[in-house]
Amino acid sequence: MATTPNAATPAELGWSPQALLRRLRGADEIAHLITFIAAATLLLITVLLVFQLWTHSAESRAKFGWSFFVTKTWDPVAGDFGALPFIYGTLVTSAVALVIAVPLGVGAAIFLAELAPPKLSSSLTFVSDLLAAVPSVIYGLLGVFLLVPVMRTTIQPALKSTLGFLPLFKGPAYGIGFLTAGIVLAIMVVPFVLSVSREVLLAVPRDQREAALALGATKWESTWKVVVPAARIGIFGSVFLALARALGETMAVTMVVGNNPIISGSLFSPGYSIAAVLANEFSEATGNLYLSALIELGLVLFLLTFVLNGLARLLILVTTARGSGVLPS
Amino acid sequence: MDFAFPLMANSGAAAASSSAKITAHTPAMTTPGANTLRMKVTKLNFYYGKNHALHNVSMDVATNRVTAMIGPSGCGKSTLLRTLNRMHETLRHTRLEGEITLDGVNILTLDVTKLRRMVGMVFQKPNPFPKSIYENVAYGLRINGHKGRLDDAVEKSLRRAALWDEVKDKLQKSAYALSGGQQQRLCIARALAVDPEVLLLDEPCSALDPVNTAKIEELLFELKPSCTLVIVTHNMQQAARVSDSTAFMLNGDLIEFSPTGTMFTTPSDPRTEAYITGRFG
Amino acid sequence: MSVRLMWRKSLNAFMLSLTGLCALLTVSALFFILGYLVWNGGKDLSWSFFTHLPAPVGEPGGGMANAILGTLKLLLLAALIGVPIGLLGGVYLAEFGGRTVPFLVRYTADLLNGVPSIVIGIFAYALVVMPMHHFSTLAGGFALGIMVIPTVLRNTESFLRDVPRALREGAFALGANKWKMIATVVLPAASRGILTGVLLALARVAGETAPLLFTAFGNRYWSPGWNQPTSSLPVVIYTYATGPYEDWHQQAWAAGLVLLGLVLLTNIMVRAFLTRGSAYERT
Repeated sequence: MATTPNAATPAELGWSPQALLRRLRGADEIAHLITFIAAATLLLITVLLVFQLWTHSAESRAKFGWSFFVTKTWDPVAGDFGALPFIYGTLVTSAVALVIAVPLGVGAAIFLAELAPPKLSSSLTFVSDLLAAVPSVIYGLLGVFLLVPVMRTTIQPALKSTLGFLPLFKGPAYGIGFLTAGIVLAIMVVPFVLSVSREVLLAVPRDQREAALALGATKWESTWKVVVPAARIGIFGSVFLALARALGETMAVTMVVGNNPIISGSLFSPGYSIAAVLANEFSEATGNLYLSALIELGLVLFLLTFVLNGLARLLILVTTARGSGVLPS
Repeated sequence: MDFAFPLMANSGAAAASSSAKITAHTPAMTTPGANTLRMKVTKLNFYYGKNHALHNVSMDVATNRVTAMIGPSGCGKSTLLRTLNRMHETLRHTRLEGEITLDGVNILTLDVTKLRRMVGMVFQKPNPFPKSIYENVAYGLRINGHKGRLDDAVEKSLRRAALWDEVKDKLQKSAYALSGGQQQRLCIARALAVDPEVLLLDEPCSALDPVNTAKIEELLFELKPSCTLVIVTHNMQQAARVSDSTAFMLNGDLIEFSPTGTMFTTPSDPRTEAYITGRFG
Repeated sequence: MSVRLMWRKSLNAFMLSLTGLCALLTVSALFFILGYLVWNGGKDLSWSFFTHLPAPVGEPGGGMANAILGTLKLLLLAALIGVPIGLLGGVYLAEFGGRTVPFLVRYTADLLNGVPSIVIGIFAYALVVMPMHHFSTLAGGFALGIMVIPTVLRNTESFLRDVPRALREGAFALGANKWKMIATVVLPAASRGILTGVLLALARVAGETAPLLFTAFGNRYWSPGWNQPTSSLPVVIYTYATGPYEDWHQQAWAAGLVLLGLVLLTNIMVRAFLTRGSAYERT
C-alpha cells in the first residue's frame, strides 16, 4: 500500500531545519519559497508601514494624548499641536464631494449598466476609466486657474443670493475653500463610484429584471425597484471606496482648499485637510515634536482609509460573490 | 514506500482481484513482444477526498497493444487513466492505494516528471500551448534539456502523428491557426516527441468530427508497433474498432476486462452485456 | 391612457434621460480637461521644453528636461522595486498558495492600494530619507515602487488564474515540473495581461505628486546619480501652479499637458492592446 504525496501546504509539513532542507531539494520548492517571500514582502511592508507611523508619532501621542483630536490650535512656533481643524476640513470636503459625486456616479452607472446600448456603454466606460487615470495634480491645476475664479465671480455669489439664508453659504466669496475643494474632489471620485456601481449592477441576475418587466413595469421601475435594491450593498461599497479616496486625496485639495486651519460652518470659508497639511509642512517641519505631530496626522489618515477600504471591499465582495446583492432576511 | 518485485509483477497476472472478474489477457495477434506487460495495475483504490472513486481495480496493459476503457460517464475510466502517469497528483485531496507498475517498477517510486516522459498523455480537448506549431512539438524536448538538433525530432514526431505534410510550411505559425482535428494530432505529436513508452488518450476524439476521428483512429494503428496505447472512450464502436483488449467499468468497479473480440461478442458479465447492447448509459 | 400610466411613462422617460445626463456630464469632464490643457499648454510646448533646464524667473525660454528625466528615473526605480515583488507574489497567489495566506495577502494588497499616497510618502521618508539624512531619487522611487506592488500583484494573479487548466495539464503530462510549467506555459500565456497591468500601474504612479514631495523633493538642475533630490513632472506642476509668477503658470500648463498626454496615451494603448483578443483560446 502506498499513499501518494499530495500537494501539501506549508502548514502540513514540518518546519524543522531537516524538513526544510529536504523540501528545498526540488526546484519546485525553491520556486514556491521565492514566490512566497515576494507575497510575504507585501504583508511585511504593510506591517512596517503601521509600525513606522506608530513609532514616529510616539512623541506627539505621549505629549497630547487624546486631546490631540479635539484641540483647535496648530502652532508650530509654540509647539502646540491639535488636529481638529484638519480632521474637520477633511471630513467636510469629503462630505461635499460625496453629496455631489454619489448621485452623479450612481446615475451614470445605472445608465451604463441598464439603459445604454452595449456599444455606447462600453465606450463611455472606457472614457470613465481614463478619467480615473488623470493625475490629481492636473485636477489641482484646473482647480486653481479655472474653478477658483469661476467660484469667486459666479457660483458663490449666486449661491449666496439664492440660498444665503443657510449658514452653509455665508461669508465672503474667496473662491478657494471647502466648497471648491469638495467640488474638485467630487469630479475626481465620480469615476470610482461609477465603475464599482456599474459592476455590482451588472452582477444582478438577468432574470430579476426580466421578471419585473414581464409584470408590466417600465424600464425605470424595474431598474429602480428591483435592480438597484438588489445591488444596494455593493453601491454602498462604492460610496465607501469613494469616501476613502476623497479623504486621502492630497494635491487637488491642497491647491484649492485655502490652507488655513479654520473651523467654520460656512462652506465658503478657507480650510485645511490632513493630507494638505502634510503636503505643505512635512518637508519643512523643524523639531521632533512638529514632525511627530504630522506623522500622527498621517496615522489618523491611514487608519481612516484603512477601515473604510476594508469595509468597502467587504461590502463589494458580499454583493458580487453572491451574484445578487439581496440580503438574506 | 513499498517496492515492487519485478519478477512477481511480471508473472503475477494470476493475482486477480476479488471484485473484478479478470480474464487473462490473451491477444490474438502475434506482434513481437505481445505477451509482455508494459503496465500493471494491482488492487488500486482511489479517493477524491472522501469519495471512493476506484474500487480495488486490477488490470494489465500489454506492450504495443491498444487497451480501451469504456463505461458510462463517471464510472472512473478517466480517473484510472490519469493514475497511470500520476496526473491525479495535480489535484488536491486525492489519495491512491494499491500498486501500479511500469516495466515492473512501481511508478510511485519513480520521479514523477520522468514517469510522465515515459507515459505521455493526450487530453479530451486539444490543448496546444499558445506558441508556434514548432515550439509545441519541441516543448517536451526543451524542458527536458534536449541537446542536439530539435528540427529532426520535431519533423519525426509530426510525421508519426501524420501531420507533417499539412504543417511543414507553417511551422512558425501559431498552433491556434490549425483546425481542431489538426490541433489534436499536434498534441499527439507533442506527446510523441519525448518518445514515450506508453501513450494515454483521454477521449481524444470527443471534440472532433467523424473525418478527424477516423484520422486519429488510423493514427493509432500506425503507432501501435512503436508505442503502447491506452484509450478512454465513451464510444463503444470506437473501442471495438481500435483496441485489442477492452476494460468495462461501472461506478468505480472494473467489471470485465477481456480481448475486445470476446468483450463485444460474448461478454461474461450481464452488466457488460447490458451496457454494450445499449440498455443503459 | 389612464393618468397613472401617463405619469409612469413620463417618469420613466424623465429618469432615463436624467441618468443619461449624469453619464454625459461625467465623461464630458475628460474632454473638457483635455481640451482646456491643450488650449492653455499647447502653445508653450516646444522642442526646448523637452531639452532645456528651467530658465531663471523672468527670462524667456527654458524647459523641463530635468523633470522629464527625473520622472523617467523614478519610474524605472518604481518598476525595479514593484514589478518583481508584485509579479512573483501574484504567481504565489495563483499557483502555490493554500487558503489562508493568499486570502490575507489579497486583502492586504487591496487595502495597501487604498492607502493615501501621501502616507506612502511618510513611510518612504521614515524608511529611506531619515537614515540617509537627505532627499533622493532613491527615496522617491521607493515610494512609487511600494504603490506599484499591489496593482501588479492582483493583476498578475487574476490573469494567471484565467489560464486554462488544460494548458497546465498539457505541460505536466510532458514531464514538466511545476515551476517549468509556470515559466514556460502559464506565464507566457498570461504575459500580455501581466504587461498591461504593469504599464497601467506605472502610468498611475507617473502622475503621483504627494509621495514625492518629501522623498524625491525637487531640483532646479539635473540630478546626477540616484542619491540627489530630483525634479519630477508632477511636483514641478504643483510648485509652478502654486507659485507667484505668470511664467511659471504657463510652464505648469505645458507640463500638465505633457503629463496628461503620457498617462492617457499609455492607458489607451494598453487597453486597446489588451482587448485585441487573448493569447489562448478560452474553453
